[in-house]
Amino acid sequence: MSGAEYLLFILMLSIFLGFELINKVPATLHTPLMSGANAISGITVVGAVALAGTGSETMGMWLGVGAVTLASVNVVGGYMVTDRMLGFFKKKED
Amino acid sequence: MTTALVTQLGYVVAAGLFIFGLKMLGSPATARRGNMVSAIGMLVAIVAALLDQGIVDFTWIVAGMLVGGAIGAIAARAVAMTSMPEMVALFNGLGGAASLLVGWSALSPDAGVFTLVTIVLSILIGGVTLTGSLVAYGKLSETIGSGAITFSGQQVVNSLVVFGIVGGAVMFCMNPTDPNWLYMVIGLALLFGIMAVIPIGGADMPVVISLLNSYSGLAACAAGFAINNNALIVAGSLVGASGIILTQIMCKAMNRSLSNVLFSGFASVSSEETVVEGEIKPISVDDAYYVLEAATNVAIIPGYGMAVAQAQHVVKELTELLQNNGCEVNFGIHPVAGRMPGHMNVLLAEADVPYDQLLEMDEINPRMEMVDVAIVIGANDVVNPAAREVESSPIYGMPVINVADARTVFVLKRSMASGFAGIENPLFYKDNTRMLFGDAKESIGGLVREFS
Repeated sequence: MSGAEYLLFILMLSIFLGFELINKVPATLHTPLMSGANAISGITVVGAVALAGTGSETMGMWLGVGAVTLASVNVVGGYMVTDRMLGFFKKKED
Repeated sequence: MTTALVTQLGYVVAAGLFIFGLKMLGSPATARRGNMVSAIGMLVAIVAALLDQGIVDFTWIVAGMLVGGAIGAIAARAVAMTSMPEMVALFNGLGGAASLLVGWSALSPDAGVFTLVTIVLSILIGGVTLTGSLVAYGKLSETIGSGAITFSGQQVVNSLVVFGIVGGAVMFCMNPTDPNWLYMVIGLALLFGIMAVIPIGGADMPVVISLLNSYSGLAACAAGFAINNNALIVAGSLVGASGIILTQIMCKAMNRSLSNVLFSGFASVSSEETVVEGEIKPISVDDAYYVLEAATNVAIIPGYGMAVAQAQHVVKELTELLQNNGCEVNFGIHPVAGRMPGHMNVLLAEADVPYDQLLEMDEINPRMEMVDVAIVIGANDVVNPAAREVESSPIYGMPVINVADARTVFVLKRSMASGFAGIENPLFYKDNTRMLFGDAKESIGGLVREFS
């Protein structure tokens, strides 16, 4: 398998996996789920670093730098706020 | 082993950790560790990406990460839990913008048609997510009006924008060297994000946030195709799936189809006035106290009004006093209570209410007949019996919490104004309903003082 078909194959499997995983998350955790998912969508940073590190000072590089910055807000902010929220969830102590 | 292989293996490990982290989010007991596992996955992915041989200059990467990371950290620490919906909306928008930029910068003269199509997709979805989220942010934080904005000819304008996007995208794929087509698609995608969210009213925001959450994942996924990166595709589609499921849950909880939410706004209050029989029976804090003192089973149904009044901490105090008085207290939480899925749960958890006391609608409804007192705090539409009884009601068919089945219902309310959706609520006129007018925080505070 080459390029595109291989990527589409991965896409299909991960979508099914995503549905299976998320369906098991209870309603009480939906807000942390959302902000945690938000942090994961900051994965764009992984693609952006290669574009931002060319040292070429072209427009492509600056777009990459912008993407690194925005995605970093997502990653750091998303994981931290999710952690803060989940810290509140406690079981009845008795 | 080549560096490229190490990078790819790093992505595999990261994907595994994301999946494992999401799985651990399945229970409140393991959720926090799950989030940590997911964060470690992200760290692995970033380190793997930095090994890329194409990177010759780390200056700007580090600068971008530091600036972005600092902004994110400050925002995450400072945000109040009541403002979580705005914050998530804003973060969704940034994620969309990042994917737009990655798709854009992936453009190279030797790109094949498949790559060009995915570039257009990441720009399109990213752009819509960016401006759509900004509008949602504005509506949620009430910097712009939260109502639906509609004007005549809206459909025509929207159709033209869509037509323009499709046309521009096709032209771009055929002439990738002419940047003007690309700019046109970017501009129209940004415009479309605004047009798509302005006609949606405040009450439907939980659906919109969920949907934009899904888009931010799909945008990352499309960017992954554009730059041929597995990590983006896997992580992006996990997020996309998560957003779609939450969107479905929200729509089901409002008994509306997704297209109905997106395209029609709430049919502005039906002209045929529903004739509500009975009269409003107010109750004083003193009398409410005597009823509660004798109760053995209390259910509290919170809505966004509780958050607005910042009443969650006094509510927790009241809960404890009732429990010390030998009373069982549970919370009944409607899926669309609050401004985003699960919002009420976070607010109550912050006020130290244990999560096993927070029951979903389907758990609390069968128990309602055993409840002595149901206390409705700042909720309206989610407890409206018209959804079950009045066929002409705009919310007819929507699943609601059946508080009227409880022996007595207390409704804490500022005044007789109708809810977010602007629909009359017959609950207030039922024989077993007592209205406790005033600020929720003060009313509950009054009850707490009576008990102690």
